[in-house]
Amino acid sequence: MLDELRDLYQEVILDHGKNPRNFRHPDDANRTAHGFNPMCGDTLFIYLKVDDEGVIQDCAFMGKGCAISTASASLMTEILKGKKEDEARVLFERFHLLCTEDPSADESEDSDQDDMERLEVLSGVREFPVRVKCATLAWHTMSAALDGQQEVTTE
Amino acid sequence: MTSMIEPEHRPAGHNQPPTLDVDRIRADFPILERQVYGRPLVYLDNAASAQKPRQVIQAMTDVMEGCYSNVHRGVHKLSQESTDLYEGARGRIAQFINAASSDEIVFTRGATEAINLVANGLGQGMLQPGDEVVISWLEHHSNIVPWQLLRDRLGIELKVVPIDDQGNFLYEEYLALLGPKTKLVAVSHISNALGTITPIADIIDAAHQKDVPVLVDGCQAVPHMKVDVQALGADFYAFSGHKLYGPTGIGVLYGRKDLLNRLPPYQGGGEMISSVTFERSTFKAAPHRFEAGTPAIIEAIGLGAAVDYMNALDFQAIAAHEQDLLDYAQTRLSEIDGLSILGQSDDKAAIVSFTMDGAHPHDIGTIVDRAGVAIRAGHHCAQPIMDRYGVAATVRASFGLYNTREEVDKLTDALHQVKELFG
Repeated sequence: MLDELRDLYQEVILDHGKNPRNFRHPDDANRTAHGFNPMCGDTLFIYLKVDDEGVIQDCAFMGKGCAISTASASLMTEILKGKKEDEARVLFERFHLLCTEDPSADESEDSDQDDMERLEVLSGVREFPVRVKCATLAWHTMSAALDGQQEVTTE
Repeated sequence: MTSMIEPEHRPAGHNQPPTLDVDRIRADFPILERQVYGRPLVYLDNAASAQKPRQVIQAMTDVMEGCYSNVHRGVHKLSQESTDLYEGARGRIAQFINAASSDEIVFTRGATEAINLVANGLGQGMLQPGDEVVISWLEHHSNIVPWQLLRDRLGIELKVVPIDDQGNFLYEEYLALLGPKTKLVAVSHISNALGTITPIADIIDAAHQKDVPVLVDGCQAVPHMKVDVQALGADFYAFSGHKLYGPTGIGVLYGRKDLLNRLPPYQGGGEMISSVTFERSTFKAAPHRFEAGTPAIIEAIGLGAAVDYMNALDFQAIAAHEQDLLDYAQTRLSEIDGLSILGQSDDKAAIVSFTMDGAHPHDIGTIVDRAGVAIRAGHHCAQPIMDRYGVAATVRASFGLYNTREEVDKLTDALHQVKELFG
């Protein structure tokens, strides 16, 4: 039984789940959003600092969640730092595909290969459909934070 | 079959509670034969919904195959037979909770609809702004939200009875909340999240001394103990069928006849009507005035069969069996380092809610599921209690008729695997 579960709970996930990176509230965040999973009550805040060039200078989070959602948020904050907004959105799409479908369905050009390899540790949720929401909560919240800011900048 | 000998008639020295023949009961539940991930199913999510015995499944199949028709309408044979089965189920459910009359049993879609029915009825001219409804911290969302909706619509006030750290209903605090503006008390008989059994008879007595009616949410109580609405003095008593080993889509609102007939109709149409002209309609007496449209006929008959099933057992034996499982589960789970049980009230039903250091309830749920053990992970539709204990969610194991000590062992083993992964 443990062998099956090790596919889901790989060391990297357990490590990020216990010791989440960028688990803080930066004072200079200019885009934030709150994510909530009503099924389990998990709650997550994503804080982004996006510069005038649209580059994510800082990405952090806080909240309460399971190992999967915490590890996913932690990895995401590490990966998104230095990315442009549209790159973040593409990664979200590709990550969502990774969590839900066969990775061969992803025909994107692999400029993000290193990032996708890091995120591969979360692909175990494919075998646990009820946990896909846990894995994608942080990403949905990040995307909402970006959208919120877009509305502000277009004014 | 369980012992029919009452304790006082037993020989001295054999004053043991009657025992439940769990092997025979398990054979009645076809789903218990299935495997999950190659392991025998251990179903410990009974507080969310219980499994169904063959007798219930068969009763529902029989009506569909043998005599199904709409009720109270047709002049034909099938309609008569279906009506007899439907009304017969109502009668047996009335006996099951010792209602004075089957007219006091309203079929609803579930307990949630039963509570909404009362809230809706009271909201139609029977409550004034400033009137108070008393609930408790132990309530399921379905006994909170209908009153909040009424508060927002009418300007009534909600008063909430607190609990202590063990999850006990604080009776003295409750007495202090009963005041001249209290128009209804609505509390659970047993908390679905903690297992606390509230002192419901005393709660009702105290309210009645102030002429305040009481609605009891009995969802978790009817599968676990003999409920006698007249002995309790309950004015309204709501429960759902699917937690009582019956089907989904059916529940019961018991209401004292005089009170039910003072409530205006909940929905309009169908069997609830005496006569309709385009000027006005007149409505039947309870229970039919509350059963608009074609009711859940097959489900009501299925619930009748579930009640028959329970009646064939001995409630003392059920209670003793489930109490044994509770004690055993709490002992075994307490062996696990870092596991904390929420709710350790003095009087408790077979529901164990817990957290584990370093492992989120969702992760625990996934891991024990792979061992074939079905538990609930989440807030159990009782978020105020989660807030009370400062957690977002708990793991909940809830026991029923067919559970065994061996199944508690399997849960415990699976939790040790959680420790191995997350420890």
